[in-house]
Amino acid sequence: MKNDHHRKERDATLFHAISAYQRTTIANELACIFSRYFYSVNGSYKILISPSKMIEASVIASPILGILYYLLHAIVCLAHIWSYLIYQIQCLIISSGLLPKYQNLKLDRLQHLAVVIDSEEAKNKSKVHQLLLWLSDVGVKYVILYDIEGVMKKSNKAFQKSTATQSDTKCLDFDLNVPSIFDVFGMTVEVISYTDGKEAVAKAANYLFSKFSTNQEGTLDGLEPKFTEPDISSALKAVGHDGPEPDLLLVYGPARCHLGFPAWRMRYTEIVHMGRLSSMKFSAIVKVFYDFSKKHQNYGK
Amino acid sequence: MEKYGKSMVSRTISHVSFLMCKFLFSILCVGPIPAHIALIMDGNRRFAKRHVLLEDGTDPASGHRVGFKSLMSTIQYCYEMGMKCVTVYAFSTDNFKRGPEEVELLMNLMKEKLDEVLTDENMLKKLDVKINIWGHLELIPEPVRLAAKKAMDVTMHNKGPVLSVCMAYSSTNEITHAIEASIRDTRGNGTQIGVCDLERNLFTAGCVDPDIIIRTSGETRLSNFLLWQSDFTHLQNPNALWPEFSLRQFVLSVMDYQLVHAYLQKKKGEIEKNK
Repeated sequence: MKNDHHRKERDATLFHAISAYQRTTIANELACIFSRYFYSVNGSYKILISPSKMIEASVIASPILGILYYLLHAIVCLAHIWSYLIYQIQCLIISSGLLPKYQNLKLDRLQHLAVVIDSEEAKNKSKVHQLLLWLSDVGVKYVILYDIEGVMKKSNKAFQKSTATQSDTKCLDFDLNVPSIFDVFGMTVEVISYTDGKEAVAKAANYLFSKFSTNQEGTLDGLEPKFTEPDISSALKAVGHDGPEPDLLLVYGPARCHLGFPAWRMRYTEIVHMGRLSSMKFSAIVKVFYDFSKKHQNYGK
Repeated sequence: MEKYGKSMVSRTISHVSFLMCKFLFSILCVGPIPAHIALIMDGNRRFAKRHVLLEDGTDPASGHRVGFKSLMSTIQYCYEMGMKCVTVYAFSTDNFKRGPEEVELLMNLMKEKLDEVLTDENMLKKLDVKINIWGHLELIPEPVRLAAKKAMDVTMHNKGPVLSVCMAYSSTNEITHAIEASIRDTRGNGTQIGVCDLERNLFTAGCVDPDIIIRTSGETRLSNFLLWQSDFTHLQNPNALWPEFSLRQFVLSVMDYQLVHAYLQKKKGEIEKNK
């Protein structure tokens, strides 16, 4: 009996001790979090610990913050869905032909159009073919097709190789490191990839270096290379990587990102995200061209 | 007594909103946070024209002054969220085409703000911000150039977040400068210039590429800004004018980035693997 009483007392003490410890741990955690806030509340901008570290330190807060994170994204997603629905209605109205302003597009300002396509989507040749047909219907004269991995370049080169005769094979350029240019549907189509961007600028730099070395008599020491932007453009032309600057660039993919399109060629290019190639619409292209025709650029002024 | 009451209330409101802001950032930090954000602050002049009833509405730089306040608050949000680098496009080489009075006003404003930042205890000592000034600095007037150099020298050893201000900058000019520097480094070596050599000589060498480039006022072009560095950058163009860019637009911007982060990282990884 006495032993039972001692055991109960001991268990109660232990229980209280554990509870106290747990309470202390929980209290410490909460104090840890709130002390950060209270420190900040004193008007100081001192950041002792970034919010992400706070989350790592907190076992209780993480699941709650995680739930709130997904909830916040769900709310914003609803707003995106609403905008998407409005956009789809606009495209529907445009394709119905009810609005005359979309019927006669003025494409005087659109001399060159670029299209960046995600490489996975670029494998869908029928979609790319359909897109080129639509662009030709609208009246585009010069299209630059770009995908980062060169999928379109490879398929175009393969097509050229398969249809070339014996004599053509020797003189046609099947090098995948240079742009591929051909005519189709009454348009000039230039197909480029990632190697036509930064690597092309490196080739131009080597070309300028060799020209700089050749032009100087005697030693190069003490001579400073000085180039202008037209010099770089000429060098890019000399190494086979020149090309017009597109006025408008359409991005077909999950994100509005140019994925390495040649930097030298898009100083003032309007970049528009069109969504995925698989869900492309002719009316969306018409809308973009109409919006582009209304654009006004100051060019820094 | 009344004044004391009012200031208590405003202080309380300010503390509560600060706490809520921190809480919101804690929620966002569950997902990926960009390490580097770049800003094209477009729309200051349009804002000044739209709000002609501003106190100093006749001052041509009034829109830019309001824009500067927006910039300071945005930079604060970035650093509170844990971002390492913020880059701003303050003045392009093309902006020299503006009227001489406006250019002079902008230059004076930039000098004034650079001097102000150097006396800002929060920025320098508490945040330990390092300031970079990128661009063709020979083109800007000497007082501004000296102020820029002083800002860089004073903060050179700071280890905190990095604020890079692009002045008299254009991407094509930066690439030209990198080619010249690479040729200077290479001569006598007999080696070929590679992409790495060019990247080592860009103004942005040592800085991670931007994760987001935000251009306000709904404009869709980059206007010769960070063209080389933006291969896998999420380009955003909210409709708000720059002085209207608030916490709400900032949070939405980060959330939009979080949705595409995995895709951009995947694309970046594939290119790195193929190099």
